[in-house]
Amino acid sequence: MSRSSALPRWAEWGLLPLINLGVALALAGGVVAVLGESPWVAVKLLVAGAFGSQEGIGYTLYYATNFIFTGLAVAVAYQAGLFNIGVEGQAYVGGLGVGLVALEWGEAHPLLVLPLAMLAGALGGAAWAWLPAWLQARRGSHIVITTIMFNFLASALVTYLLVNVLIKPGQQSPETREFGPGAMMPAMHEVLGAGGIAFAASPWNIAFGLALMAAVAVWVLIWRTRWGYAWRVAGENPTAAIYAGIAPARVIIGSMVISGALAGGLGLNELLGSQHRILIDFPGGAGFVGIAVALMGRNHPAGIVAAAVLFGGLYQGGAQLSFDLPRINRDMVVVIQGLVILICGALGDIFHAPLLAMLHFWGRARRSATG
Amino acid sequence: MLAFVSPALRAAGDFLPAIVFDFGGKFDRSFNQSASEGAERFKKETGVAYREFEITNAAQREQAMAQLAKRGATIIVAVGFTQASAVEKVAKQFPQVKFTIVDAVVDLPNVQSVNFREQESSYLCGMAAALASKTGKVGFVGGMDIPLIRKFALGYLEGARRVNPQVEVFQNMTGTTPAAWGDPTKGAELARSQFGRGADVVFHAAGATGLGVMQAAKDLGKLSIGCDSNQNYLQPGSVLTSAVKRVDVAVYTAFKSAREGKWRAGPIVLGLAEQGVDYALDEHNRSVMSAKMAEALNAAKSDIISGKLKVAEYRTP
Repeated sequence: MSRSSALPRWAEWGLLPLINLGVALALAGGVVAVLGESPWVAVKLLVAGAFGSQEGIGYTLYYATNFIFTGLAVAVAYQAGLFNIGVEGQAYVGGLGVGLVALEWGEAHPLLVLPLAMLAGALGGAAWAWLPAWLQARRGSHIVITTIMFNFLASALVTYLLVNVLIKPGQQSPETREFGPGAMMPAMHEVLGAGGIAFAASPWNIAFGLALMAAVAVWVLIWRTRWGYAWRVAGENPTAAIYAGIAPARVIIGSMVISGALAGGLGLNELLGSQHRILIDFPGGAGFVGIAVALMGRNHPAGIVAAAVLFGGLYQGGAQLSFDLPRINRDMVVVIQGLVILICGALGDIFHAPLLAMLHFWGRARRSATG
Repeated sequence: MLAFVSPALRAAGDFLPAIVFDFGGKFDRSFNQSASEGAERFKKETGVAYREFEITNAAQREQAMAQLAKRGATIIVAVGFTQASAVEKVAKQFPQVKFTIVDAVVDLPNVQSVNFREQESSYLCGMAAALASKTGKVGFVGGMDIPLIRKFALGYLEGARRVNPQVEVFQNMTGTTPAAWGDPTKGAELARSQFGRGADVVFHAAGATGLGVMQAAKDLGKLSIGCDSNQNYLQPGSVLTSAVKRVDVAVYTAFKSAREGKWRAGPIVLGLAEQGVDYALDEHNRSVMSAKMAEALNAAKSDIISGKLKVAEYRTP
């Protein structure tokens, strides 16, 4: 993103998101007040629910793991100038790959199954991203349209397989049987417990560590390799990229394949870490939340991790909120989450200009005072 | 988090019932709402408050149930087959808490599994549709394409064929994601296309999506058949009948029997004989359902109850 005048980094990365978050929470508080509940109590419940107990933190980071994977997926494509709306579908097909490996080799040793499942997840997600990328690169079909459609195709494919092929015989619910013991991602409370640290049980599992590693890998890829450089150039200015000898088709296909592979990581957390079976609609919208997470995190891995934890907190705290204040039902929680997405993601830059003017004004006042 | 336990609920006494709704939400005017009405009826009659939770993602099922159990819930009713795996896990963790699951079977010593023979009420609705149809063509709009909905479709088809062996039955499923339960616009489109192909009665088993089906029937002057709750009142005069599934009775009975100490674990199957399913006849559809039609339906109903007439049940592959 090019801007005529940039904010200092501390303001761009620290102050601006905080102001956005504050405004969003204030607006949400207004809605809560209209419903006849105290906004202060609601915020306290939300924060305490998300970060106030070990179990809450566990759930928050469990949700955050999904959002890190999907946020990174969106960001990688975005750096190359592509808007990948198909992360949901890529995560779905990637998860299918993860699940199939887990079903087939679930009895084998985890050190064998887990890497294989990771590979299958990455391959599934990458394959589902490759086709729209190829269509964009070779046939000019717009990637936004094709990736949206591929979400529906993914959903139709997995539903068909679950209802007709993979379903555990003799049950109503379109779910597979449970994975074998080798295909369970170790839970964080078990890992910490083995290390002598007691931690409350939650679905938080070591996929979280994998997500953080993926974030570092994405940073290296985008900012420290020739590939990443080529993608960023093509993303900033495709015409200049062509003059510089960068082939657009390779950028599109390369970045989308990596994007899809990252989306496939969601299956590790959701299926191996928590559900232990393939079930209908397990991405549960995390692919779309990933867009907001990437926007809010400014498409930088560090920002994405922070934004993912925030959204994880909103998911977990929001559930607590509707649990404890029945008047705030789940639709209200969606409204509150939506406000945060709207202000922090879509309207993320509205306070940019005022903040810039204010900093200029302060800077000048200080210079004239000291000078 | 236990610090936030509301004192009012603790003071309500030792008996604390709870209910967990599924994706559709408790105001879907259909399946979940029926469950909610059962819980409300219990509250009104006994004055005992209940806790409730509407889930928004898969992980919350387990979380909500575990949390309700931790906060002293005596009995937890899980509404919907999708909750089966969560009930299985949480019921093992809290063996002293009673669980009742609707529309699925969980085989544990502290779980009661309530299922319905939807094929029986669907059969009656199929008969009603074929009797009312002038074109010999009737329609079915399902929500998500899952075994449960195929059970409805099969019963409907059989019932319609019994009245008119040549009947043509159009079948559409709304979608492949849980969003298919909450998309009235698409329901209306599917119903319109079936009416366009000559159908004049359309049965829906699609949760809130069905509201669109019923609206389309009303707009085009055709007939629709409601599902789960008695939906005759939604579009009076254009709803032929409703395939009623008494989820409310299941919830009410679970709460009440648990309070009186009569609750028993194990499977319970409710069909026409147990008044768990039925077709609906009231002041809102008397104008479209003739006495002759009702007579035919009642005859079939008593045949099913006596076992003279067997309705096939859709089996999962």
